[in-house]
Amino acid sequence: MANALLEIKNLHAETEGKEILKGVNLSVGRGEIHALMGPNGSGKSTLSNIIFGSPKYKITKGDIRFRGKSILSLDSAQRANLGMFLSFQYPFEIAGLSLSKFLLAAYRAQHPLEVTGVVALRDKMNEAAEQLHLPQDFIERELNVGFSGGEKKRAEILQMMVLKPQMAVLDETDSGLDIDSLKFVCSAVGKMRSENFSALVITHYNRILGHLKPNFVHIMHDGRIVKEGRAELAEKVEKTGYRAIVQKAGK
Amino acid sequence: MNRAKERAIAHTDYSRYDFHYSTKNYEIVLEKGLSEEVVRKISEVKGEPKWMLDFRLRALETFRQKPMPQWGADLGAINFDDITYYMKASQEGGKSWEEVPQDVKNTFERLGIPEAERKMLAGVGAQYDSEVMYHKIRSELEAKGVVFLSMDEGLRQHPEIVREHFGKVVPFNDNKFAALNSAVWSGGSFIYVPKGIKVEIPLQAYFRINAERFGQFERTLIIADEGSQVHYIEGCSAPRFSSKSLHAAVVEVIAKPTAHVRYTTVQNWSDNIYNLVTKRAFAYKNSAVEWVDGNIGSKVTMKYPAIYLMGEGARGEVLSVALAGKGQHQDAGAKVVHLASNTTSKVTSKSISKDGGRTSYRGLVKVIKGCRGVRSNVTCDALLLDRDSRTDTYPYVEIDEQSATIAHEARVGRIGDDQIFYLTSRGLSESQALTLIVLGFMQPFTKTLPLEYAVELNRLIEMEMENSVG
Repeated sequence: MANALLEIKNLHAETEGKEILKGVNLSVGRGEIHALMGPNGSGKSTLSNIIFGSPKYKITKGDIRFRGKSILSLDSAQRANLGMFLSFQYPFEIAGLSLSKFLLAAYRAQHPLEVTGVVALRDKMNEAAEQLHLPQDFIERELNVGFSGGEKKRAEILQMMVLKPQMAVLDETDSGLDIDSLKFVCSAVGKMRSENFSALVITHYNRILGHLKPNFVHIMHDGRIVKEGRAELAEKVEKTGYRAIVQKAGK
Repeated sequence: MNRAKERAIAHTDYSRYDFHYSTKNYEIVLEKGLSEEVVRKISEVKGEPKWMLDFRLRALETFRQKPMPQWGADLGAINFDDITYYMKASQEGGKSWEEVPQDVKNTFERLGIPEAERKMLAGVGAQYDSEVMYHKIRSELEAKGVVFLSMDEGLRQHPEIVREHFGKVVPFNDNKFAALNSAVWSGGSFIYVPKGIKVEIPLQAYFRINAERFGQFERTLIIADEGSQVHYIEGCSAPRFSSKSLHAAVVEVIAKPTAHVRYTTVQNWSDNIYNLVTKRAFAYKNSAVEWVDGNIGSKVTMKYPAIYLMGEGARGEVLSVALAGKGQHQDAGAKVVHLASNTTSKVTSKSISKDGGRTSYRGLVKVIKGCRGVRSNVTCDALLLDRDSRTDTYPYVEIDEQSATIAHEARVGRIGDDQIFYLTSRGLSESQALTLIVLGFMQPFTKTLPLEYAVELNRLIEMEMENSVG
């Protein structure tokens, strides 16, 4: 894909001597939303962590390219600063660090040349919180400490909205969200949708895809992408389960 | 302000402590070493009453008899013969800023003391080596009868009150370093807050060691009369020398019924200072005493702020943080003795060890028989930043009363790779990520400080963290 924003080529990776990714190929074009589905343990979260340079995994073969350049030699921070964002499946708690302080530091790191003042940024955070129907003063709370499951996921999306990445990976952001919260999240992501925003949405459920209407769906199994298709593929998964699809793909 | 700029300022700030103007202009410098003659000379220079000289001489005798403590940090490198015990930079400290000698004034200006006084303090005292050089309290507080003087001046102006309370909370024979302080003490603060008076903004003292191979032995006495309230803050710093200096202070606090005293320390001694301090408070009926104690610098600190809960319903709290880097040992803790019924205490200790530094929590909770309904809660939280660093907890609990409710909780944490990954995946460098985690860890402490101090403390920690990473 000539216009690819994120391009993963024949990616192999291992942890503790065990191969987890066995040749992943996946391309996300500019302005596209892709869904990544697959049974538990197929390597979806591993893939998202590897895209963001988690030190837990070792890449043995292949390449990850962002905006036409390999990012394998970059650390997590450098990748983020290129405009990549990962919404964590399990966001970590940092006691004593307020969401606003953290996000301010992250924003400054990612947009070093921007002169947006603290007050304007805080306004943005509060607006995002309001859109996500988070309580008042939410941004003053300690990062993920005492957040409910749904609040944690929405806090990730809040960060995404403020940081304005070009490419977001949403790792099971829909898990643990009630129907209303899911709507708020999807509408927030929908608002970001443009030529300058792409997303890879990792999920088990068609529900989120119904809102987000992905351009492409990829099915992952045993460390590889085994099937690709349009949105109908996700519906099919919902009906028949992974097994039938994986078997048909000859794996 | 962007991050880079903030850091650039922080860098300039660091050198802030690391300067010393001429030390030639001393009016009096006693010969090195400790002797009866030295003690007599100090007392004579100060023109003290005889009872104080006698007190000093008895303390000297006790200091000589007591062995060096063997149970805490390594104090082997202290050479008592190679220390100057008293030095005075020119005349008496003036009440007005203009009267302060120029080089001393330069020092305090660089430390930002006059600025802080204008902005946020009810009164300020500034000690330069042995003597308090500048002292001022807002006139409206003075009019209400609040006394805030150097200890020496306090002794001159209020001899009866001083004689009644001096050395009563911390007797001169309490421990070797309290005895040393009692023998050669100089400077420190004397505070008296009359009945029912609430001092709403903090009083501050700043302690500066400017000389090499020197001992600073200030002595502070705070008396908060019934129903009064006061917040006292002390800051300290010294330039770095290759030789060792000693800081052995004694602080006595008396909180009369329903009084409220908070004593905050932000210790940022350079890493050549042995910091051995005895702090103790008597809390009477329904009063509250809080020690807020931050130990960032020094070579060795041994300090266990104590509260004796003497009257029913008294409340004590010790909140401390310690940061130990390369070659540093912060042996800090708390001591709470419940001597009356329905008294409560809370101890929160937070420590960070990095680059091979060592922190220890050493604490005692004691409940005397017959004190009903006592509650005490101790939490120790240690953070280790690398494998070379060390942390230990030595909690002592002596309970002679069945009805007491005592809780002790200790945790040792390391910063997980996952946490770092989470923060760096948002664009923060690893050192920024670590710094934010550490600042967050210390936040329960920082939030008790007035804003200016919190900012300053955060900067200090950022600088410490920057030095350690990368």
